Amino acid sequence: MAMLRPLGASDRSMDLILEEVERELLISLTAQLIDFVGTAADSGEDPLVALVGIDPEAVPSEDPALHRLLPDAFRDDEEASLEFRRFTERDLRDAKVRNAEAVRASLGDDGLVVHLSEELIPAWLGFLNDTRLVLGARLELTEENQDEFADLDDDDPRAALYGLYGWLTYLQETLVQSLLA
Amino acid sequence: MSVAPPEVTPTEVTRPEVVEQVENPWITIVWNDPVNLMSYVTYVFMEYFHYPREKAERLMMDVHEKGRAVVSNGTREAMERDVTAMHGYGLWATLQKDD
Repeated sequence: MAMLRPLGASDRSMDLILEEVERELLISLTAQLIDFVGTAADSGEDPLVALVGIDPEAVPSEDPALHRLLPDAFRDDEEASLEFRRFTERDLRDAKVRNAEAVRASLGDDGLVVHLSEELIPAWLGFLNDTRLVLGARLELTEENQDEFADLDDDDPRAALYGLYGWLTYLQETLVQSLLA
Repeated sequence: MSVAPPEVTPTEVTRPEVVEQVENPWITIVWNDPVNLMSYVTYVFMEYFHYPREKAERLMMDVHEKGRAVVSNGTREAMERDVTAMHGYGLWATLQKDD
């Protein structure tokens, strides 16, 4: 199981000690998140969009997981939400991709000790949170049904997904607790 | 070399409430969701808004127990920045005019 080792210095940096299977899992998850939320460079999009970060084509996603990562900014105003989205969604997607890329880079090519510098920690927390949001949406987690997931049979296809969700929760919680300590 | 900003003009035109904003500040609301950790929400409020821990925890508990909390107020532009930042952290936030 992954372990955190606070370095106890004057800053908040720490070492994250992973098992090989955990490192591989995290690498795979960074790639999946980048695919999911990123705007592929070769999608043939208007170069102007890439240049100024405004995307006149942006619309709210019908995928609940993607919609949770890129939510509406106004609760009861579709038009204002859409306008806001066109001005900000591209940057938001890029920021989430940058987090995942920073996490991927910190995992290196080998080595199971990941040094989490103070600058790197927000990227890790953001990536862990975004991935948990996607899994939570896929599992259709609610405040009320969380207990049911803990009792799933092993052969239930959702059990593995919930196991992964639980592990990422543990990682994120451990990281945040050590920052708040 | 300069490039005229594309598609910006209509947006500016459809925002006539500049004067009104001074008297009616806008607010940023963070909504409860089943995934975000209580500790993480507290961390975000301390980190982004630089709120002391006590205030951050009180707002987090409001989100958790009441389903929402007003986390900041100000001009529409400032609230747009805050909402964007909250979405960057993965929190579910919206802005609206303070009634």
